[in-house]
Amino acid sequence: MDKFVQLQDVGMAFDTKQGRFVALRNVNLDMAEGEFVSLIGHSGCGKSTVLNLVAGLLEPTGGVLLCNNRQIAGPGPDRGVVFQNHSLLPWLSCFENVYLAVERVFGAKEGRAKLKQRTHEAMALVGLTHAEHKHPHEISGGMKQRVGIARALAMQPKVLLLDEPFGALDALTRAHLQDELIKIVAQTRTTTLMVTHDVDEAVLLSDRIVMMTNGPAATIGEILAVDLPRPRDRLALAGDPAYHAARTAVLEFLYRREMRQAA
Amino acid sequence: MQALPLSPTTPPAEAAPAPHADRFKPARAKPALQQAGALPAGPSRLNRTLRWFAFEAVPPLLGLALFILLWQAVSLYSDGLPGPAKTWAAAVELFADPFYDKGPNDQGIGWNILHSLERVGLGFGMAALLGIPAGFVIGRFAFIGKMAAPIISLLRPVSPLAWLPIGLMVFKAAGPASIWVIFISSIWPMILNTAAGVSQVPKDYLNVARVLNLPESKVFTKILFPAVLPHMITGIRLAIGVAWLVIVAAEMLTGGIGLGFWVWDEWNNLNVEHILIAIFVVGIVGLLLEQALVLLARRFEY
Repeated sequence: MDKFVQLQDVGMAFDTKQGRFVALRNVNLDMAEGEFVSLIGHSGCGKSTVLNLVAGLLEPTGGVLLCNNRQIAGPGPDRGVVFQNHSLLPWLSCFENVYLAVERVFGAKEGRAKLKQRTHEAMALVGLTHAEHKHPHEISGGMKQRVGIARALAMQPKVLLLDEPFGALDALTRAHLQDELIKIVAQTRTTTLMVTHDVDEAVLLSDRIVMMTNGPAATIGEILAVDLPRPRDRLALAGDPAYHAARTAVLEFLYRREMRQAA
Repeated sequence: MQALPLSPTTPPAEAAPAPHADRFKPARAKPALQQAGALPAGPSRLNRTLRWFAFEAVPPLLGLALFILLWQAVSLYSDGLPGPAKTWAAAVELFADPFYDKGPNDQGIGWNILHSLERVGLGFGMAALLGIPAGFVIGRFAFIGKMAAPIISLLRPVSPLAWLPIGLMVFKAAGPASIWVIFISSIWPMILNTAAGVSQVPKDYLNVARVLNLPESKVFTKILFPAVLPHMITGIRLAIGVAWLVIVAAEMLTGGIGLGFWVWDEWNNLNVEHILIAIFVVGIVGLLLEQALVLLARRFEY
């Protein structure tokens, strides 16, 4: 297995008013090119911290992170991030939000017409051609999240990082967007790391599920390979024993091994 | 929107007196019902207009009428204070020829207003040119922010007129001194609001900038400036309010042409009608400045 993204003995500690808080320790993970990996765990276990480390938004206090055999030294457009709360700029239209990213990545080499074409293509990929000229406050939460995905994909990143991308959406919209994400990732074959707290989402989308222990000083507890054939169909999987076995394994981990103390 | 002469900052919905609050509600609920097609359009539109008139237009007019009545009553029992009718007559005469010029100490009301506005514009404009960029720097760089904090905390509470002697000493002339007073008293709200806006730019937006690796110039034009704009306009609004408050007092002390000087001059002439007119003029011009900026601010709400 080639190691496209590597986390080697990564540790992360934050200095807080109460002293040093160790969020992560000894995190070791390798991702192959084109692989879809989910990070799952109870809230506060540092899964978003792992994602932010890969994004380069945080610097690890221990260990090293590599992407394509180069050390991750900061954020860069080779790693597209879809934020939990979409983070679209409210004063720009959906088109302009995506164009800002496209212009930054391809602006030096390509003309304006080509950049616009790329933006149109990204909007079409998430099915939002009709909403290009709307502003974020004029569209629904699900549509905003799709624009966020379009913005990340338009940069043609080597790695797509999704931070609980559908966490704030209702169940039906979430299912719909998960199906779209399956199609998009199958089409673009982008290496993807997704943070989630939704077991079904993790099983449905992932090649491997990384289960994290509870914090503080969280680390990887177990890794589960999901050997379900692709393309996956949510209805067909509902009766599939392998699907249920994977689902049960994750639930076992979360609710038996890493039972969260009542807050 | 209609002007609310007694409280320009109160939104219109709150203008209805509290006891009528329950009766006020059905009028607001009506448009929603109408959209659902529950009511025929004709009579309800008339109804709505009547209700709007009763609950939106009548209370301010009633308040104004009461004010004038009170004024009239007080003037009847006072030797010096002219009543509304006498003041109105004087105002009509005054505004019939607002731009006459009979030498430096006797000019039309229009000239006085324009001169005051000019001073406010100059002082306030320079304060904006300096204060807004200063606010951006103070908000963006924590070190500079901490450097500036003690100076701002020390100087901000100083009464505007306390700066006048410094102005007179440095500029050796009354005109620039009053502009200086406007400048120094209106710069603080713009610095502080801009800085607060910059430090409150949502971290998510800045993370977007980091992930995209945007150059600092793009961060400023695409993220920082639009995010800070509403805060900036609040600062400008507060600043222009302060500037207009201060100009009358400053001109009273420095003389020259302007509303403040005019008030003082008319007091020396014992022309109390004109003093009352000046008070109204100051109030109305202040209200218009405020409303113009409210409209501008609404344009930049996201």
